[in-house]
Amino acid sequence: MRQFIERHTFWAIVLLIAIGVLLWLIFSVWPDWLIDAIGRKKTFVNTLLNGVTLGGLYFLVASGFTLVFGLMRNVNLAHGSMYLLGAYIGYEVADATGSWFFGLAVAFVAIALTGVLLQVLVFRRMEGDDLRQTLVTIGISIIAADLMLAVWTGTTYQFQPPEWLFGAAELPVISVLKSSGEPVFIKYPVYRLSVLFAAAVVGIALWLFLSRTRIGMMIRAGVNDREMLAASGVNVQLVFALVFAIGAGLAGFAGVIGGTALSVAPGEDIRYLLASLIVVIVGGLGSVSGAAIGALLIGLAEQFGLAYFPTYGVVLTFLIMVVTLAVRPQGLMGGR
Amino acid sequence: MDTRRLFSGGFSLTEIHPAKLAVVVFLIAYPSFTSDFFTYQIGAYSLILGTIALSLMMLAGYGGMVSLAQMTVAGFAGYLVAILGDNSMDVMGLGWPWWMSVPVAILSAALFSAFIGAISVRTEGIYTIMITLAIAVAFFYFVRQNYPVFNGFTGFAGIEPPTVFGIYWRDPVPFYYLSLAVAAGFFSSVLYASRATFGLSLQAIRDNPRRMRALGYDVTLHRIVAYFLSGIIAGTAGVMMVWFNGRISPGSVGVDVVIDILVIAVLGGMRHPIGPFLGAIAFVLLENFAIDLIDRERFNTVIGVAFLLIVLFSPDGLLGLWNRARDKIRFRKNARPYRGGAAQGDQHAAGSLEETKP
Repeated sequence: MRQFIERHTFWAIVLLIAIGVLLWLIFSVWPDWLIDAIGRKKTFVNTLLNGVTLGGLYFLVASGFTLVFGLMRNVNLAHGSMYLLGAYIGYEVADATGSWFFGLAVAFVAIALTGVLLQVLVFRRMEGDDLRQTLVTIGISIIAADLMLAVWTGTTYQFQPPEWLFGAAELPVISVLKSSGEPVFIKYPVYRLSVLFAAAVVGIALWLFLSRTRIGMMIRAGVNDREMLAASGVNVQLVFALVFAIGAGLAGFAGVIGGTALSVAPGEDIRYLLASLIVVIVGGLGSVSGAAIGALLIGLAEQFGLAYFPTYGVVLTFLIMVVTLAVRPQGLMGGR
Repeated sequence: MDTRRLFSGGFSLTEIHPAKLAVVVFLIAYPSFTSDFFTYQIGAYSLILGTIALSLMMLAGYGGMVSLAQMTVAGFAGYLVAILGDNSMDVMGLGWPWWMSVPVAILSAALFSAFIGAISVRTEGIYTIMITLAIAVAFFYFVRQNYPVFNGFTGFAGIEPPTVFGIYWRDPVPFYYLSLAVAAGFFSSVLYASRATFGLSLQAIRDNPRRMRALGYDVTLHRIVAYFLSGIIAGTAGVMMVWFNGRISPGSVGVDVVIDILVIAVLGGMRHPIGPFLGAIAFVLLENFAIDLIDRERFNTVIGVAFLLIVLFSPDGLLGLWNRARDKIRFRKNARPYRGGAAQGDQHAAGSLEETKP
């Protein structure tokens, strides 16, 4: 941190000012001219929160994608299908047992196992052939999407999360002052806040796992030099299978979380595949912190686009991608 | 080794393999002995899809850039025809005559393709797939949400090919010949370009970009020009496609369609320009007759399994299967030792059909 300030004093100041302005925008009571310029504060804060929550959801999906790529150089384009399959499985289990958390756990485990199967049966057979692996995952996602459509039809499913996740929480953020001088606080759905919480927990857990455990060390070593890791006596195939399990499991996990926040329907697989693609292109392939930054950026861009220029929201996301590619082709946090 | 002859223009009729002549005769005579359904829905449709896949094959086979945005480029041209020309939706439809709207549409599509190229050439391999896929999906969402210009979810309908020389070109037989002319034109141009200086340097760049850069070639420019040329192919095919369907909507540039093009190219094989057309014929036949094999609803499973099998067992697609089968037969016959070109042919795209010349 200190190094960063010493090296890039100018950018550090810009960053600090930006954070200051943002905090002021969130916590102050807006003066009239600001409301005239960009609309009501409630819209702004809600959009901001929506963007951050969506970013959290995108991070859950994209972190698995980027983890798998980082270690195995395998772009798993069936990642979106795993998200959707996890959502469906979670829904079935939660519906049968009545426990949402059990559904979440089963989705994680089931998709993790699917991932291991995929790794053992398909990817291990064509190691080092990136393009072919990618094509195979495309084939798998075509078949998976069609079979899921056959089983669960085109109906939209809606999860029933536990009671205490329902409702809205009052945030310590003043929206407007009533004429009597009494402050009106902004309310926000509890469930969305817990999505954000879950994303933060997963992010921190992943970071601890990668940087503080022995297996995490092996994974990081594998990202840098696979052959060397194998030569030093580590069973690389086992590490691969483990990482694939975690990456796929996270997709299934995100399926239930995201399916509850929004809904489960065919076509969601493509949406989240696109989100993961853009997030990792922006953030840098193979970097978990890059996925976090990219997810936050894309989530915010999407929500602000939706709120302030509805038709061109997609273009904003796309522009971020193009600018990133033009300035830093390897992504914000990607190293070469 | 008479490889030099491959690249030195002149050839005479006697050099052409009789099988090729038979194919040409068959293609020209095709409408005379089939029903309108086979001429239009199978014949013309395969040729159009094949042409779009040809633009992908050119980029992927010769340039090593697997772009998933070819259908997007084609769709862009189709949209432009609907916007600049006439449609029955009361949205846009500037009413330009066809000889203005069509060239503008194709040229814009080519520029759009060059733009996609400019974005993605800085990256390589799987990154290109990811970026072009992201562009394709973004375009899909954009046209679906944009109502003033692209008419959103509904898209455009009532787009008619013009009546020129007193012929209504939407009729099955004229339309078939139009598609055949477009397909054959681009097929031979790609074949020619693959042996021209540009094509050869493009293939060299595919094999070793660093060396080519060191030799003084502008790698980025070559790649962008390749994207531009493939955009012309895809754009023209896109215009044909919108005339074929008579309408265009976000569904025409959706992810499944975008991936279908990749499926077609991979199914046929990316080593030779004939591959995409073989793939397109197989695809269209499967699409129309899969009902007999399995429930129509499950067409995607059938095509997905076919794609998976091809990727898993024959990376060169149907073309590779065919070449391998033929090699085996020759080997059995032991008529003459097969030329050393076989090993090279596995790695290089330079016309596997050519190498079969007896």
